[in-house]
Amino acid sequence: MAILIDENSRVLVQGFTGRIGTFHAQEMMDYGTNVVGGVTPGKGGSEHLGLPVFNSVREAVRETGADTSIVFVPAPYAADSMCEAIDAGIRYCTAITDGVPAQDMMRVKRYLKRYPEDERMILTGPNCAGTISPGKAMLGIMPGHIYMPGKVGVVTRSGTLGYEAASQLKEHGIGISTSVGIGGDPINGCSFRRVMEFFDNDPETEAVMMIGEIGGPQEAQAGMYVRDHMTKPVVAFIAGLTAPKGRTMGHAGAIVSSVGESAEEKAVILRDCGLTVVDRPSDLGRVMAEVLGRA
Amino acid sequence: MDIHEYQAKTLLANAGVPVPNGGIAHSADEAVYLQHEIAGERWVVKAQIHSGARGKAGGVKICSSDQEVRAAATELLGKKLVTEQTGPQGKICNAVYIEAATDIERELYLALVLDRESEQVVVVASTEGGMEIEEVAAKHPQSLSRVLVEPAIGLLDFQSRELAFALGLPAKQLADAVRALRGCYRLMRDNDATMVEINPLVTTRNGRLLALDAKISFDDNALFRQSAIAELRDRGQEDPRETAAADQGLSYVGLEGDIGCMINGAGLAMATMDMIKHAGGEPANFLDIGGGASPERVANAFRLVLSDSGVRAMLVNIYAGINRCDWVAEGIVQAMEEVDINVPLVVRLSGTNVEAGRKILAESGHDIITADTLADAADKVVAARNSAGA
Repeated sequence: MAILIDENSRVLVQGFTGRIGTFHAQEMMDYGTNVVGGVTPGKGGSEHLGLPVFNSVREAVRETGADTSIVFVPAPYAADSMCEAIDAGIRYCTAITDGVPAQDMMRVKRYLKRYPEDERMILTGPNCAGTISPGKAMLGIMPGHIYMPGKVGVVTRSGTLGYEAASQLKEHGIGISTSVGIGGDPINGCSFRRVMEFFDNDPETEAVMMIGEIGGPQEAQAGMYVRDHMTKPVVAFIAGLTAPKGRTMGHAGAIVSSVGESAEEKAVILRDCGLTVVDRPSDLGRVMAEVLGRA
Repeated sequence: MDIHEYQAKTLLANAGVPVPNGGIAHSADEAVYLQHEIAGERWVVKAQIHSGARGKAGGVKICSSDQEVRAAATELLGKKLVTEQTGPQGKICNAVYIEAATDIERELYLALVLDRESEQVVVVASTEGGMEIEEVAAKHPQSLSRVLVEPAIGLLDFQSRELAFALGLPAKQLADAVRALRGCYRLMRDNDATMVEINPLVTTRNGRLLALDAKISFDDNALFRQSAIAELRDRGQEDPRETAAADQGLSYVGLEGDIGCMINGAGLAMATMDMIKHAGGEPANFLDIGGGASPERVANAFRLVLSDSGVRAMLVNIYAGINRCDWVAEGIVQAMEEVDINVPLVVRLSGTNVEAGRKILAESGHDIITADTLADAADKVVAARNSAGA
């Protein structure tokens, strides 16, 4: 098992025929992901990469039975695409797009709440590298070959730091059940805590690696969930030790604006919650190996 | 994006929030002229820089004559002010705001922020105004009131009344308070602001409610649809290197250390800087060059990092995902032919086609120290910096 996506996921690409959508759709298909079609309004009825193109997500779901989608739609229109997926009955959607206005995401989150929790779409991102269940399906822009199948769940805000973690785990012979990018924005589809719950409920995931950064309350919330509910070991790293207060470090959400949001403070909170906090990002693989008793 | 106090007050006034009578001056003559227009007996001359805590730094002067206004404006215009928030390099004051001095009765705090925990707009009010909100939260937590705004509905009048009562405003100021709060919320929603802070919001002895100081920040990701707000940007208040970086689509933050950094991805950039610190060094900058590391982009990034004369060594850390290490290596080599790199350079490549990438660097004939892992890279760049001398 894995979380969110596997070999049975039927994937739709939103923003299918654009340059970025085309490139990554092909990469995902090459990885073995079951891509069933795409959506580009106005190009419905045509074919792209040998797959059908639809005018709307609703139509695509009806025709292909898609249950999963990935959004490459440009930032000004990305929130609208996410809302379209919500209403079309998509079960899981990841939004790769960077630069989505925060108030748009606030409205997307509100729109999600129109559905009861068991019928509500799960959204991750925006501003993320996507999600991969190694050997099963890739829904994102990551280099698939660095992820080895296995039993550690990875959840991360950052793309390339997530790649770094995946390669360190691989060097230590540790595989991944699913790696989820939640994105670097201040308001995102899924919080660290929510993804932690998914991993907690996944029988195949034995341990979790959480890669957070400065800014916002989500790492601490996940820490409290781990403290109160989880028995699986969790290894965490928080990037941004050298970040000055009040400055945005690349990711829109990576800014220390109040108490408890710096890297040091988050590390203390997570240690108090019983997580194994890694100080040096070069030790991600080694520490996970120790925690799993494989060092 | 931040704006000046005078710009924030104009937006607030247009949204129906009362502000003291005032105007913006770029010369001492203009300041005195405005003082006469405003009339009254006492005036406040305020330095316009993108920072709070201006009062403590000497940026706010109370004047009671032409001569005093002239002297205050002359002193502040062109001056570099160093506040608790600007960092040691300070910020230059190119304009002063003159307003009628207010006969303050009570100082209150009011802010609307996009709250990351509730993922809604939250309105925060406190009876303790005039100090930083962190200080209020620490010293007077009981003075704080919060209401959450339902995004599909907007701020409701009863919520505004609750806040007004919590602030202890008298019944005759209730309508003013509700109107002001409505205005603040509309301003926030319609302009994609992430924060509207009025501190202090004051009541005057003649029964008025006034926004005495204001700070408004906007969502950079939304500026594409807020052209009027984007016009308010003052590049003179920004670090010129950060401005140059932003113009090239690079994300750069200048810091105090001497090890220049060039990395792809914000998270990996922060993690690499953490490693430099653990190895005993200090990063000179944050720089995320993003996904496509074309030779031109890499060359621009090199120029940017090296424009900081304090840089003694440089570290490039690229995790090539969709990119390929051989392309990135070619970009680095090409950039080195174009840009004169006069400090030790450590390069760590990993990911797709890493062997080919390392080979290109090794065979380039340039003096490049290569590293295999994150720890190796940090150790090598700190060692290179130490041998390069201070």
